[in-house]
Amino acid sequence: MRMAANDEAADIQALVHRGFASLTGACYLLLRIENPALAKPWLRTLDITSLAKARAQRLSQVCQIAFTAAGLRALGTKVTPEAGFDPEFIDGIAGDERRSYRLGDEGANAPAHWYWGVGEREPHILLLLLAADTAIDGLAQDTRSAALAAGCTTISGNTSTTSTPLGREPFGFTDGVSQPDFDWAGTLTPGGTRDRDYRNLIAMGELLLGYPNEYGFIGDYPQADKVGRNGSYLVYRQLVQDVAGFWQWVAREAGDGAITLAERMVGRELDGAPLPGLKSAKIMGTDDPRNAFKFADDPDGRICPIGAHIRRVNPRSGDDPQGRHGFIRDLISSVGFSGTAMHDAVASARFHRVLRRSRPYGPLIAPQAAMQGAGADQEIGLHFICFNANLARQFEFVQGAWAASAKFAGLAAEQDPLLGNRLPLANGAQPTDAFSYADDAACPRAIAGLPRFVTVRGGAYLFLPGLRGLGQILRDS
Amino acid sequence: MVGQSHIFIAALVRTGEADTLASLLETMNAAPGTADPANALVPFGRIPTLHVARFIILNDPSLPDRQLIAPQLPATEPLRLAFVADCDGTADQLLRTLVRLAKPGLQRIFSHCRDFDPNADLLAWLHAHRIISAATYTNWPGRTVTQLSEEARLHAALRQTRLAHPEASPEQLRALLLTAAQSVTLTPIPVLTFAEKVAQIGDFLLLPLYALLLSPVLVPALPVLIILLRWRETHDPVLAPVPSIARNKLLSSIEDRDVTNQYSAIGSLKPGLFRRWLTIAVLWIINWTARHLCTTGRLGRVNTIHFASWTFLDDKRRLFFGSNYDGSREAYNDDFINKVAYGLNVSFSNGLGYPQTNWLILDGASHEQDFKRYLFHHQIPTQVWYKAMPGLTNYDFARNARIRQGLTANLRGSALKAWIAEI
Repeated sequence: MRMAANDEAADIQALVHRGFASLTGACYLLLRIENPALAKPWLRTLDITSLAKARAQRLSQVCQIAFTAAGLRALGTKVTPEAGFDPEFIDGIAGDERRSYRLGDEGANAPAHWYWGVGEREPHILLLLLAADTAIDGLAQDTRSAALAAGCTTISGNTSTTSTPLGREPFGFTDGVSQPDFDWAGTLTPGGTRDRDYRNLIAMGELLLGYPNEYGFIGDYPQADKVGRNGSYLVYRQLVQDVAGFWQWVAREAGDGAITLAERMVGRELDGAPLPGLKSAKIMGTDDPRNAFKFADDPDGRICPIGAHIRRVNPRSGDDPQGRHGFIRDLISSVGFSGTAMHDAVASARFHRVLRRSRPYGPLIAPQAAMQGAGADQEIGLHFICFNANLARQFEFVQGAWAASAKFAGLAAEQDPLLGNRLPLANGAQPTDAFSYADDAACPRAIAGLPRFVTVRGGAYLFLPGLRGLGQILRDS
Repeated sequence: MVGQSHIFIAALVRTGEADTLASLLETMNAAPGTADPANALVPFGRIPTLHVARFIILNDPSLPDRQLIAPQLPATEPLRLAFVADCDGTADQLLRTLVRLAKPGLQRIFSHCRDFDPNADLLAWLHAHRIISAATYTNWPGRTVTQLSEEARLHAALRQTRLAHPEASPEQLRALLLTAAQSVTLTPIPVLTFAEKVAQIGDFLLLPLYALLLSPVLVPALPVLIILLRWRETHDPVLAPVPSIARNKLLSSIEDRDVTNQYSAIGSLKPGLFRRWLTIAVLWIINWTARHLCTTGRLGRVNTIHFASWTFLDDKRRLFFGSNYDGSREAYNDDFINKVAYGLNVSFSNGLGYPQTNWLILDGASHEQDFKRYLFHHQIPTQVWYKAMPGLTNYDFARNARIRQGLTANLRGSALKAWIAEI
């Protein structure tokens, strides 16, 4: 049975398919429900933008809504594994010390230091408001007042709006270049030998609940009253970026080669182009020349370092690092009698993709100015948002096993050069603060002592329902 | 060559003493589920030949499944305490060392077992309670704890030198690194003796020999066996309940304390002679494959397992699976599903409630959600787990060994750069 999410556009919140880059004003309104009887009628009056609407017209403002498990409970929804909710969603992003450890939310990143996300500052609702720069403050103010009147309180520390131009993250790199292309038409059949190679077209069930995933099965989701159908899990993390600290460190390490070193750490050039020297490749599910490459031709990271940020968060790996070579060779490779462990250390990417919808906040500082210390006295950061259908296998895996892990791809002592918390392993015996790459003469270089450039300051796992599901959540019980 | 041995000792826990025993075992830990190498009961860290070890109470939460889908099996099975370990040298050598170093501690632990007699000879008692596992896997047979620790020290020394000379050319660095390496003791790695080689070839020939001997029976019986298999595969019930959050918290509380994790699972085999003999045959082949084909770091394409074992219990009505793997549980599960679903299906599809397979190797584990739930349903907490080399994965071990090999090789140009890049 073919299931095309395209046919359900009227039921899907628009953000899972639209970034609304033209609306540069944004407000991430975090609410707690104090009085559900008051809150429900108000929430029902909100005009939540559907994908169908966004496709039909150019919008001047957008409102999207998502709930934490605590929020759904406050509204009377039964949030249990048996009801079909993801166990990780029920636990919450900061609900378990072991989860925090895996996600790298330790030390300065620990939930205890967050602006919001735990205890009295655990949000129930995220209202994401988008509008033009000139309109966002008014829209945010009106919505806040209405929320207050409807028995909701706002969580402080996160109420300001942002109108930082989109397209670059605070360190100055073009952001959001690579996104998975989801199978909105419902034509993809995963699992064939084609999947031995990397592809960017990803099964719909990796983004929306109720659709077949990359394994070809529909995972559990809240089916009662269609609460879960066309919904998605939204991960929201507020990341503070030390822009001056980053560029000053890079300049100290590399002098005139600062930009080049930073580009190697990211794995792309400032403007988003792949690092020079990577062979271009045809990839199913992308036409963007900036994404027409794989790392298979650079297995030892001589061009793009193994530990570079973009290589960690999407290693562009297929089901088999040796690719596709006909039945017999594929079979030999599948049973492990060809190839080496060293070059087979990274999981297949198609099971671990997320859709990102992040926006920067704070002033935009150019690298040269940041090297002089500009921006050091201001808070600059990212509202990191991503969508996925299976928190454990997608977001948590990418964040934990790929970005935060000091053992990614068999590396010795390094975490993500941008995101790492730099905390040592094995009771302090093993540092994780290095970065290794090959220089222009292909000489291997290693730098130790990377400072922490990014600090987590808030986080939540939220459920972004379809519009029918939203109606069920908000109906009077 | 120094071979590795697997030891599985199990004894029945006295009625009502499981909780006291669990509390006693907990005193051995430095962090939840993670042994203090210098703990007062069994100071694992003082045994230089021990790779990994665990004490585990084999409390089987899946036993009630039998009443649901296999009422012909007994409703209950005895509760056991198991000591599971992988070491260099023979099992007898390890047990002797254990008795020498930790007799009072072992006596305290095993005194919670039904037939333990403190006056009896402890070594003999341990031997008598040993169960030979049906299949075992060692990531790299022959690699001793001594070798691993020396090579880890070598890597640390070389890395320090490398980081201290960031601007050096590869040739300059090579000289500095070779000098630094001289300060690290590297015991020569023993090679196979002629007699060991002959024994290995003889052992290798067992599979073709058995296949040849059994073929007059098996080949004609094959159509019948296939029909039996297909009928069962299409009729055996699946049991993969939704995981409980509380139990998940319990299991995860003892995980990710190191870059390597322990995994323990227990479950019943499907009833009947067909499944019983199929499991015996499959595990025999896995054991043979592990000894002869998967000896250099990879079990199929899975590179993260240090040691694994499959052990029959209760007259082969139940199976215990234990492993030591790099990374987190979710990643371990994915690795298995994506890379060796066929192997999982072959080795576990005889388990009661396993997700439906086809032709023994197809489907099964590829039902990701059912499979993960099935695994979870059978996973049990390990009370005490010890690993000799904290913070180091199989990739680290293999890389350190390559670095050592590079010391004596004649390296130039890109080979030299590749060697330095690994340090």
